[in-house]
Amino acid sequence: MSAARSCRPPRALAGLFVWRLRNTGVRQIPCRFVHLYHVTNNRLITFQYFNFLKRMYVTQCNKDLSQRAKPKSDSIVSPFHELQQSDQEKKVVHKISPVSPVHQSLSEMSSRNELREMKSAAETEDSVIPVGAESKEDRQWKEMKLRLDDLPGILARLSKIKLTALVVSTASAGFAMAPVPFELTCFLLTSLGTGLASCAANSINQFFEVPFDSNMNRTKNRPLVRGQISPLLAVCFAASCGIPGIVLLTLGVNPLTGALGAFNIFLYTCCYTPLKRMSIANTWVGAVVGAIPPVMGWTAATGSLDAGALLLGGILYSWQFPHFNALSWGLREDYSRGGYCMMSVTHPGLCRRVALHHCLALIGLSTVAPVLNITTWTFPVISLPINLYISYLGFRFYRDADRSSSRKLFFCSLWHLPMLLLVMFTCKKPVLQKEDKGDLPGGSHEMAMEIRLP
Amino acid sequence: PPAHSHCDWIGPPDKHSNLRPVIFYVPPEESPLERRLREARQEAQASNQRFWARHNRAFRQEKEEFIYSRLKAKGLEMRDESGQKATLNAEEMADFYKDFLSKNFKKHLQYNRDWYKRNFRITFLMGQVALVRALRWLRRRKKNVEQ
Repeated sequence: MSAARSCRPPRALAGLFVWRLRNTGVRQIPCRFVHLYHVTNNRLITFQYFNFLKRMYVTQCNKDLSQRAKPKSDSIVSPFHELQQSDQEKKVVHKISPVSPVHQSLSEMSSRNELREMKSAAETEDSVIPVGAESKEDRQWKEMKLRLDDLPGILARLSKIKLTALVVSTASAGFAMAPVPFELTCFLLTSLGTGLASCAANSINQFFEVPFDSNMNRTKNRPLVRGQISPLLAVCFAASCGIPGIVLLTLGVNPLTGALGAFNIFLYTCCYTPLKRMSIANTWVGAVVGAIPPVMGWTAATGSLDAGALLLGGILYSWQFPHFNALSWGLREDYSRGGYCMMSVTHPGLCRRVALHHCLALIGLSTVAPVLNITTWTFPVISLPINLYISYLGFRFYRDADRSSSRKLFFCSLWHLPMLLLVMFTCKKPVLQKEDKGDLPGGSHEMAMEIRLP
Repeated sequence: PPAHSHCDWIGPPDKHSNLRPVIFYVPPEESPLERRLREARQEAQASNQRFWARHNRAFRQEKEEFIYSRLKAKGLEMRDESGQKATLNAEEMADFYKDFLSKNFKKHLQYNRDWYKRNFRITFLMGQVALVRALRWLRRRKKNVEQ
């Protein structure tokens, strides 16, 4: 990363590639990274957060991603010197194929969004080179007519589809961790309902934030900002996703999950999004938004809100803070000019302290998991190294308070969550008692899963 | 935008406000409802443009002043030996960002309220216009079928 930072602007592109390659090489697990920013807003996301609406992920640098039902999209982190105009947007999305070949693809990242804000992860997945061509096209006058062939792409960007995918994956993680036999139809309905609710919330978030998005580098290419879609259509789309999504959850899964989904949409669109401009409390609200999707997954499987659901929610809640606070550290200029009240701008000391405290809280929460009979005692032991590592980076961020430590913490949070969820899944306490616990943790777990057909 | 076009046109982002200007198409038989919608959108666009252009200009200006005063306090010039503009690092700028945000807080609150009201009104009018157009189209189709 230091190599990229010492590059002069003309070499920025090469530096960016080098940095990306280096970053990819560090990972041991075979993943494809797509960095998602949230928003959102706020979040976000994000921009993020992202989880059920992490928003963000996003947002977004706010948490953009939190799929939470509504992820906040989070902003992007520019690898360049702060004084350069950060036109580069990077999206990194983690995709980790699960260890066991059986079912759910877990461990996708949920970044906050909007988000915080978000977020919202920027839709543009392109790297450096296409940016030049895009900005040239950008400078032309365009007709404000809706083209049907562009519509899927536009709606995908409007609903922050990648953030939504992360949110759905955290909800699946919640579903998978519930101590009940696995039901495929219920799982699919939950995922679909959560995804629809997330799309709805993200669209409403973008609908509210048009002038602010146009002023921030991360979000200036959104469909509403560019006039590719009318606000009316955005609202109709949100309604046509949100209402069926919530109805699906309420009738097809259970009313508790539906209620949680509706509540999360409300929390993201009516609490987090306006609050982003009024007080720093938005970060905490956004963290809750991010924590709800796994709780929804759990209640979808078990039908009740037990301690396990709250623990999973708690883990995601705590994760939002190092993720979002580290991300927002690099976006202080945009937030300040855009009028967003974020901790990184107004209370920088608090920002770093909170990030550190929540890194440490993750260790505590991982230890509580076996006490609640969700996982075996191997979980706190195996997860200790990664939790200690993120806490160490959180401490460095707290002490140094500079660009490089914030970036390290942010990128660590991106792989930390999927790993944690994956380890948790493999250490899950089997539903049926088996004597041969000496086997592969995944093996004994497999037998515990039955697929019940309707 | 060409003269024969029948729809609105949106342009590149404005240099000062970063907002994209829209040129609205005025159809020859514009109903009063459609006119209200167009005027609401024009007003919102003008108001947004004014706010953001002024706000961004103030930001840039205050940022320059801040950098200048800090550099002077450190005893440095605005441009160093190679002619490059001297800058402050992120931590020093953080004080400015915090200050700027708190100074403009009330202004943003007022703008937010204003923007949300306008946005809802415009979207609601759009809904009404779309509904009226849809009903008109259905009535015309029914008439064609009957003939």
